[in-house]
Amino acid sequence: MTLSKIFKNSLLVLTACLVLSACATKKEIASDIKGSMQGDVYTGTDTVEYLAEGVPDRVFFATNESILTTASRETLRAQAAWLRKNSGINVVLEGHADERGTREYNLALGERRANAAKDYLMTYGISSDRITVLSYGKERPVDSGSNPLSWSKNRRSVTVKAN
Amino acid sequence: MIKKIITLFLILIPINSFALIEVDITRGNLDPLPVAVSPLSIDEKSRKSFNKMLNKDNIGEEISNIVENNLRTSGLFNPLNKEAFLQAPDIANLKPRFEDWNLIKAQALITGKVSHVDKKLRVEFRLWDVLAAKEMMALAFTTVPNNWRRVGHIISDKIYERLTGEKGYFDTRIIYVAEEGPKTQRIKKLAIMDQDGFNNKFLTLGNELVLTPRFNPTSQMVTYLSYFKNLPRVYLLDIETGTQEVVGDFPGMTFAPRFSPDGKKIIMSLAKDGKSDIYTMDLENRIVEKITNHPSIDTSPSYSPDGKYVTFNSDRSGYQQIYIMKSDGSDVKRISFGNGLYGTPVWSPRGDLIAFTKLHKGKFYIGVMRTDGKGERLLTENYYQEAPSWSPNGRVLIFYRETKTNDKGEGFTAKLWSIDLTGYNERQIKTPTDASDPSWSSLLSN
Repeated sequence: MTLSKIFKNSLLVLTACLVLSACATKKEIASDIKGSMQGDVYTGTDTVEYLAEGVPDRVFFATNESILTTASRETLRAQAAWLRKNSGINVVLEGHADERGTREYNLALGERRANAAKDYLMTYGISSDRITVLSYGKERPVDSGSNPLSWSKNRRSVTVKAN
Repeated sequence: MIKKIITLFLILIPINSFALIEVDITRGNLDPLPVAVSPLSIDEKSRKSFNKMLNKDNIGEEISNIVENNLRTSGLFNPLNKEAFLQAPDIANLKPRFEDWNLIKAQALITGKVSHVDKKLRVEFRLWDVLAAKEMMALAFTTVPNNWRRVGHIISDKIYERLTGEKGYFDTRIIYVAEEGPKTQRIKKLAIMDQDGFNNKFLTLGNELVLTPRFNPTSQMVTYLSYFKNLPRVYLLDIETGTQEVVGDFPGMTFAPRFSPDGKKIIMSLAKDGKSDIYTMDLENRIVEKITNHPSIDTSPSYSPDGKYVTFNSDRSGYQQIYIMKSDGSDVKRISFGNGLYGTPVWSPRGDLIAFTKLHKGKFYIGVMRTDGKGERLLTENYYQEAPSWSPNGRVLIFYRETKTNDKGEGFTAKLWSIDLTGYNERQIKTPTDASDPSWSSLLSN
């Protein structure tokens, strides 16, 4: 692409923006999504519930990933502290995937995500006897939307009281 | 339920079979063969007694309608409008006036007769080559009257086989998951129906989540995943008796089950400690064997028809790809190398192809590749579709497709679709509710 072409293209985009007032609204939506996602990991609090004050019940994952983000590890440390204080409580870790994957692979992926959370809780002193892992794959989304933000809320591991 | 209640008599085998019509099913057929399906004739006494028994005014016409519909949906045949038929059904069945049928451009003609004999339904039919003015086939069936739909399907299979040289797929059933309710709280039940959507029946009540039902080779048993008591495990269901049992005693979620081609084993995944491996369990002696052993996700196993190989889905390369191995787990070889992710490999009953789901740039494809991974062909592209299952003759794939929801998360549907291996003849299969995870039975009458 020559320089003049690039220049022409950017000029075109600029004019388009000036003409279409919709440009502004679109930008707002885009920054909204950005505000509650980092990369494609959900960072908002829309769907989050609390096991106790300051103890969020869920962590979120990137597409096809089961790696815990810094925020997820913080959440899980809070859960571990709460579990140590409440030694009578057992938990089920429910692993989920978004709808953009084949059903069987997503069942395995949900299990892998919940296990990532379980492993982390165990490194903070929670016995594996107190933790059950259950994968729902893509069967139980919290958000029924077909867009990146909805999918990011659905890629999750939720810690649920078992007793 | 699928007992051999249908007896078959060969009346006549055509000796002279050269120069007769043939339909090539290996190419997309844009020019379906014009056929005339003359309504099966019926005498007044038989008509009245079947009317009483089956509550169908004219069972002969009903059976011809089944044949006509099957031939049309195959995409290979073009059943002609009955109003153009000049010859009465009973006379045509004795001796067609080929000039008349030629005039309306029919190349094949189907005639027949229904009668009530010894409390049974007797159906005879003939297939004629109009241009050669010859009979190609003549067969008769006797069965219990309630079986009338199956008779229509069996006739369709015989015609298909005679004209294409390959077995048909009409006398078959589909097991699938019937879905209802909001996307976030979907209620799922096992359901079974005839290949053409009739005789739909729910097999579970929807109290627990059920997924991925698959027939055994005789189509009497089904293996599937159930979340009974919130413990996702592979189950076995006897369709006739309704008996269900959990398969094996595994320390974690078992899923993605399929039968071996001899029906003696179930192959499935076990997910434990963040990894999923493939196992088999022998249904007779309950011996469990671990087939893969890898820290990755290994799932969606499917046997080759001779039982010697297994194709499966693994992310050991970092992303979902298709692999094959010997059925003892040795000689693992990756076969998918195209752009995108590959899942749900299913070995064709003919042995030469593997059907799969592909995800690339936000689109989902159903496709096929040879067992060495070469010759990839994508048959259909959509927002979301997956889980192909082969017709028993390996010519058609059934799968399910989901729609994108709107901004409010509304408008979600899941439906069954079929498409020819050629990439032509894509059509939706009507189901009473939303539907997913279809599995095609074997031919019931063989």
